[in-house]
Amino acid sequence: MTSRNPREEYGRTLLALARADRNIFALDADLCKSTMTCLVEQELPAQYLEMGIAEQNMLSTAAGLALSGKVAFANSFAVFLTGRAFDQIRQAISLSRLNVKIVGSSAGLSDFGDGSTHQSVEDVALMRCIPNMTVVVPADGLQVRAATRAIAAHPGPVYLRLGRNDLPDVTAESDPFVIGRLQRLRDGTDVTVFAMGYMVHLALAAAAELAAEGLSVRVVNTPTLKPLDPAVVVAETRGTRAVVTTEEHSIIGGLGSTIAECLRRERLPIEFHGIEDQFGQSANSPQPLLDHYGLNTATLKSVIARAAASA
Amino acid sequence: MATLHLELARKGCELRRLVVEAIGVGHRGHFGGALSAADVVACLYFHTLRHRPHEPRWPDRDRFLLSKGHAAPAQYAALALAGYFPRADLVNLKELGCHLQGHPDTLRTPGVEANTGALGQGLSLANGMAIAARHDGRPSRHYVIIGDGELGEGQVWEAAMFSAARRLDNVCAIIDRNGIQATGPICDRMDIGAVADKWRAFGWHTLEIDGHDPAAIVGAFEAATTTRGRPTALVARTVKGKGISFAENTAAFHNNEFTADQYRTALAELDRTRAALTAP
Repeated sequence: MTSRNPREEYGRTLLALARADRNIFALDADLCKSTMTCLVEQELPAQYLEMGIAEQNMLSTAAGLALSGKVAFANSFAVFLTGRAFDQIRQAISLSRLNVKIVGSSAGLSDFGDGSTHQSVEDVALMRCIPNMTVVVPADGLQVRAATRAIAAHPGPVYLRLGRNDLPDVTAESDPFVIGRLQRLRDGTDVTVFAMGYMVHLALAAAAELAAEGLSVRVVNTPTLKPLDPAVVVAETRGTRAVVTTEEHSIIGGLGSTIAECLRRERLPIEFHGIEDQFGQSANSPQPLLDHYGLNTATLKSVIARAAASA
Repeated sequence: MATLHLELARKGCELRRLVVEAIGVGHRGHFGGALSAADVVACLYFHTLRHRPHEPRWPDRDRFLLSKGHAAPAQYAALALAGYFPRADLVNLKELGCHLQGHPDTLRTPGVEANTGALGQGLSLANGMAIAARHDGRPSRHYVIIGDGELGEGQVWEAAMFSAARRLDNVCAIIDRNGIQATGPICDRMDIGAVADKWRAFGWHTLEIDGHDPAAIVGAFEAATTTRGRPTALVARTVKGKGISFAENTAAFHNNEFTADQYRTALAELDRTRAALTAP
């Protein structure tokens, strides 16, 4: 299976979009070599703004650009955008429905070495609760490409969540990306697993292993957290008897909460797989860190089995 | 006083009267900061700004941002007087369903450029607009009124560094230096020190003016317009609650309500001031 880096896919796609439309701006706060907006800076310096280490000013400046007709992509690590600049996102951007794309890079635990100050396990919850905000979490590099194009064409504020590390392809290059649409990657009849971002490929692996153990698991990639029509979520569960959500994010306010809200009138058992109410920490490589928080196939399999047993 | 400046001083008085009428009797409103900024607002809307009240989104317009958004009644008065919406709307200020919100709202009120009032953000917004104007080759200038208490917000200084670094000479910040924040004199609450020196140190072309003297205000705007390669900061010395004796220089009317007696007294004082503004 081909693996791709979500940041590189994003940077290349943004550059291609900016080449075609001089109204597109990339803003960064001294992390352009990590977020890969350095590609825009190198080729199209007139459409790149280095803001220095000042995220709050960056988000409000992006709002000013949008108020004058520009499409502003504001970039940094997810934790600095959604945390430090929450007020600017709320007051200047979302309240006025401005055409600003907030691209949170190195999200989740993907910045394994830098530890909890640089990891974000609550960014989706923060962005999802703001009125007018669209929240997009692609599952692989190909979907990063498609999602970047889709949000550029979508008028209004968007939060795009990107991980730092390579992801195996789970979608196809020809798959269209439509905001609000779910993607059933594998069908099954026992349990529906809604998976977000990094966890999608693990959900597919868990489903394949569980099939050999006699459990039929449906895997639904959930690249839009908001807006999400509850009827669409309910439809994805039809024909199965339990639901599991899996996310590289706190189970408070993220995918689990989203799906539970959508299914609140359904009589379906639901289990949440994600980061319990706690911060991350440092590790020298991603896998031990993910294992520590149970973000692996083995743990996910046990959660799916528990959901199936409770139905 | 020259005819132009006399006319602008009268506009300032008219704005103050409309502010008092809009807030009315028995409703809380941000009198103090609206009244201190009224003369700068009047000079902008009725002299310096290039704008089209009947075409609020004219792309080449100058932008005005009230970063100290709680002074919104002064801006609303100017917008109404300039013809952006009916004057009659003003008395519905803050009523449920009225487009005139407690703080400026660009989606609701014609002529309001951005949502401001969460303090510290206006200059950043203006910088973004100024970059866009430069990118598009438009002549627009960008005027931001910032409260002196608001200078406590760190984002103001992030934005000030950015304006200077990008040589945004199409940006002009006006510091409404009335010296009083919500809970008392700024020098007692959290002393912000030498304001003009700070802006100079941040690389801005900086002037100190009397913020109630139309000749000084208009002259400073002209100096800002002809300054190349640097943004301009105007530290405008003002009086909180200007024009209403019992509201002047006190934090008590930062956000407060008038009794019926106070309301009548305030209007009478403002009318007397306006009547005294006659050609020599």
